[in-house]
Amino acid sequence: MDFAFFLIQLLNGLQYGLLLFLVASGLTLIFGIMGIINLAHGSFYMVGAYLAWSLSAMTGSLTAAILLAIPLTVILGMGLERLLFRHLYQRDHLYQVLLTYGLILVFEELRSMIWGDDVHGVAVPELLNASIPLTDNLSYPVYRLAISGVCLLLAAALYFLIQKTRLGMMIRAGASNRDMVQSLGIDIKLIYTLVFALGIALAAFAGMINSPLSSVFPNMGSQVLIICFVVVVIGGIGSVKGAMAASLMIGLAETFGQVLVPEVAGTIVYVLMAIVLVWRPEGLFGKG
Amino acid sequence: MHKNQKASYDRREFLRGSAAIAGTTVAGVLLPTGQVFGQQAKLKVGLMLPYTGTYTQLGIAITNGFKLAVEERGGKLGGREIEYFTVDDESNPAKAPENVSKLVQRDKVDVVIGTVHSGVVMGMAKVLKESGTIWINPNGGAGAMTGAACAPNFFRTSFSNWQSTHALGKVLKAKGIKTAVFITHKYAAGEEMMEGFKEGFEKEGGKLVKELYLPFPQVEFQALLTEIASIKPEAVVCFFAGGAAIKFLKDYQAAGLKGKIPLFGSGFLTDGVLDAVGDAAEGVETTLHYADGLDTKKDKAFRLAYAKTFKLQPDVYAVQGYDAGQLLAAGLDAVKGNIGDKAGVIKAMEAAKIDSPRGPWTLSKSHNPVQDMYLRKVVGKENKVQGVAWKALADPARGCKA
Repeated sequence: MDFAFFLIQLLNGLQYGLLLFLVASGLTLIFGIMGIINLAHGSFYMVGAYLAWSLSAMTGSLTAAILLAIPLTVILGMGLERLLFRHLYQRDHLYQVLLTYGLILVFEELRSMIWGDDVHGVAVPELLNASIPLTDNLSYPVYRLAISGVCLLLAAALYFLIQKTRLGMMIRAGASNRDMVQSLGIDIKLIYTLVFALGIALAAFAGMINSPLSSVFPNMGSQVLIICFVVVVIGGIGSVKGAMAASLMIGLAETFGQVLVPEVAGTIVYVLMAIVLVWRPEGLFGKG
Repeated sequence: MHKNQKASYDRREFLRGSAAIAGTTVAGVLLPTGQVFGQQAKLKVGLMLPYTGTYTQLGIAITNGFKLAVEERGGKLGGREIEYFTVDDESNPAKAPENVSKLVQRDKVDVVIGTVHSGVVMGMAKVLKESGTIWINPNGGAGAMTGAACAPNFFRTSFSNWQSTHALGKVLKAKGIKTAVFITHKYAAGEEMMEGFKEGFEKEGGKLVKELYLPFPQVEFQALLTEIASIKPEAVVCFFAGGAAIKFLKDYQAAGLKGKIPLFGSGFLTDGVLDAVGDAAEGVETTLHYADGLDTKKDKAFRLAYAKTFKLQPDVYAVQGYDAGQLLAAGLDAVKGNIGDKAGVIKAMEAAKIDSPRGPWTLSKSHNPVQDMYLRKVVGKENKVQGVAWKALADPARGCKA
């Protein structure tokens, strides 16, 4: 590998890492900050991708599809929180695992009934449908770079929301002591509904914006679910900064792993997670 | 076209084609009440196929194809009516022995048809080797089934993984290509296809400069595409299927490699995905035992009958299911439906010459099809046939001692 290709692989790794952060961002919020185990995260990712596909087929534009789909997923998230999740905050994590596992099955079946079992492609928006030549035979799709930009913006916004705003303070307070926050006169129920819906919308948004790259297919959610949990666990539960660092680490490890040690490429991420957990059981930026 | 020399053949084909259409219409109306009291009990056929999950469509296509072959024969094989027993294998290898046991022990089926997933195929093999039940596999290409694990009662009407890429060596040589990179997922089917290609390519004097593997089922190809660009081979050969195939074809184009380094593959790369990939697959060449535009009488009749009966376009999986029905018919006709004469059925099936929509084929000693591999090229939404890449290609069946 000469230096130019090393740099390109570095870019690949960072770009993949940012993509991972995007996909895991909803989970960072719901699992990392609210402390709810949501195994159905992948299902919301899938719902987003299928919405992007069907709405962009209807409207002829991915941008329009995303703008239409985001309110839909926020409503879906609020509805689910009111109907189901609200009743499980005080219970053991096992109940959340059971509920969200059930939701995976329900969403797969609904997907099959509504959209069928075929694979579909989503067109890249015309404006971003270009490539930047890097070497004589390799170029870089602009859409991937655009996604990286969106990820950075999203990361900054999330960090700001959680760490710097009054709402973020209430969320963090609510996560550590719900009753106390409530007795201080804060409508914690409403805040939880909103934050939960935001988490669902983020997962779905990741599916939408990623759909031109990943294409849309049954069970696509289960592919991203595990890696998302790995991101949150390595980064440290409750930390947006940690999730970002973990995403980039995983992106680089996977990219260089595939090229340098292809025999064990499939296990690198999990070895990495094991090492981090031995060294810092609370994760890179966890509070212990 | 061949009126003079093939008049009788044509007529038979025509009759069979029309019978199919008539037969299916009649069967559709009469089956629910159509109890005919023959001398023999119904033949029990066990269908173990995926009816849920990623491979649902394949399971349905195979089932449809099989039933079409039966209905063309008046709903009977060897003069016996058929009773179907169905098990959804969920493409879950862990449940394979249990699922196939349901058919063999609980339902006591005479014949087992299945399945799509190679891992499940190998799980079935263990149970069926012991029970000795006649087994026709209409898809899963695991080499071992007709290789090291072969048995007299095991038959396959589809392909072996090795077969699906072996002919590409010749294809590349004919184009003057001497170096290639192979890329696939790291799992059994991918590795077997890589072996099939490597052997064929090196026999022609080509050099496989690098084997690239991606952990299954990951689809982040960027690092390996960069690797390909830095190696600069004369061709890239690959195997991916379904969602992974779509993403690979699109990423290959987006990375600017399309048009610079020609892409080849096992035919499954471009089957059933062309609507989703858009122009990213245009011009990609693959080998497979079936293609669009074969333009034979048999293929046309099959496509017409299938489309009329099921309101769906048939694909390679439907052909494989259809041929499973045809192969079983050949076996049962020879013994007049007496499945108890297992040796007779096996002997007749071994000797059968299957008149398939893909073209005629026979079975190898290890019971895998000896068949023509077509070179196909993606043109618009079709895998257009370009010619025969390898006439009557047989799987080497390494390790088969039965």
